[in-house]
Amino acid sequence: MHNIWIYLLVMAGVTYLIRVLPLTLIRAEIKNQTIRSFLYYVPYVTLAVMTFPAILDATNSMWAGLAALIVGILLAWFGGSLFQVAVAACVIVFVLELFL
Amino acid sequence: MNQENASWFRRGIHNGTPIALGYFAVSFTLGIAAKNAGLTAWQGAFASVTTVASAGEFAGFHVIAAGASYVEMAMMMLVINARYLLMSCSLSQKLDPDLPFFHRLIVSWGITDEIFGVAVSVPDKLNPWYHYGMMAIALPGWTLGTFIGVAVGNILPQNMVSALSVGLYGMFLAIIIPPTRKNKVIAGLVAISMLASFAMAKLPVVSGISSGMRTIVLTIVIAGAAAVLFPVKEEQNA
Repeated sequence: MHNIWIYLLVMAGVTYLIRVLPLTLIRAEIKNQTIRSFLYYVPYVTLAVMTFPAILDATNSMWAGLAALIVGILLAWFGGSLFQVAVAACVIVFVLELFL
Repeated sequence: MNQENASWFRRGIHNGTPIALGYFAVSFTLGIAAKNAGLTAWQGAFASVTTVASAGEFAGFHVIAAGASYVEMAMMMLVINARYLLMSCSLSQKLDPDLPFFHRLIVSWGITDEIFGVAVSVPDKLNPWYHYGMMAIALPGWTLGTFIGVAVGNILPQNMVSALSVGLYGMFLAIIIPPTRKNKVIAGLVAISMLASFAMAKLPVVSGISSGMRTIVLTIVIAGAAAVLFPVKEEQNA
């Protein structure tokens, strides 16, 4: 029989090590241009990969998720703030799912 | 705390508010998963405040429910949360090289998909107090949501949960879309990343790969190819 608290400590410990090691070990600025470029591109690729197609599965109706994606892209393109885009995506899903 | 730090902290709280709301909704459903795995509300809250990872915690609760070994738990965390390693590397370049050790220890704790996404998008160096401001509101939202999710289960109507769950993706879009107006490379990367992610999620054979692993593989391949083909000039990389 396993102890739940030990499971939770293993979860937290391993996850923290993953986060803390690069941030404490890499103190200097990396000079290598390829590595710098790679790290510069990482967030855009990571966030794009995590957004699509996951947004389609997040909602009850796939079409509401797709609408949230399109509205979110348009609003962000035309300068919507973080808060505005997030709220607009939620509202469009809520309203659409009243009908779908 | 000097005035500049205080101002960054307030901005962090402001931009962390939508993160906290989205977290609350997601961690609420996470709490239901924790309950199904046999955790108490306090255990669920403890897991959320210490691990702070949605997919990671979902997978962890699954491991607990299955009664797998502690080693398996460690391996699962390593794979599903490995993307934080890349984010942490990326964020290391946004910190002042002279930033004291204890700041790095606290900043690390708050590296989540959402907080990282906002923190890394500031021009120039990241003031850790901006990060702390977001953590100060988002982490309680995350933890409280899990606690309540375990405690009261399905009290929030399903259509509310559904609507709130896209909030996080809306935030991701608000981070990645604006730079695509000016930078064609980023525009191409965002489009390719989404298409490749869709293909990997739907095609036979590769669709069995976990979403955490998919994120790692595609990030390394696509960002790696872009780094070789389109190296960033120094002034853009500030």
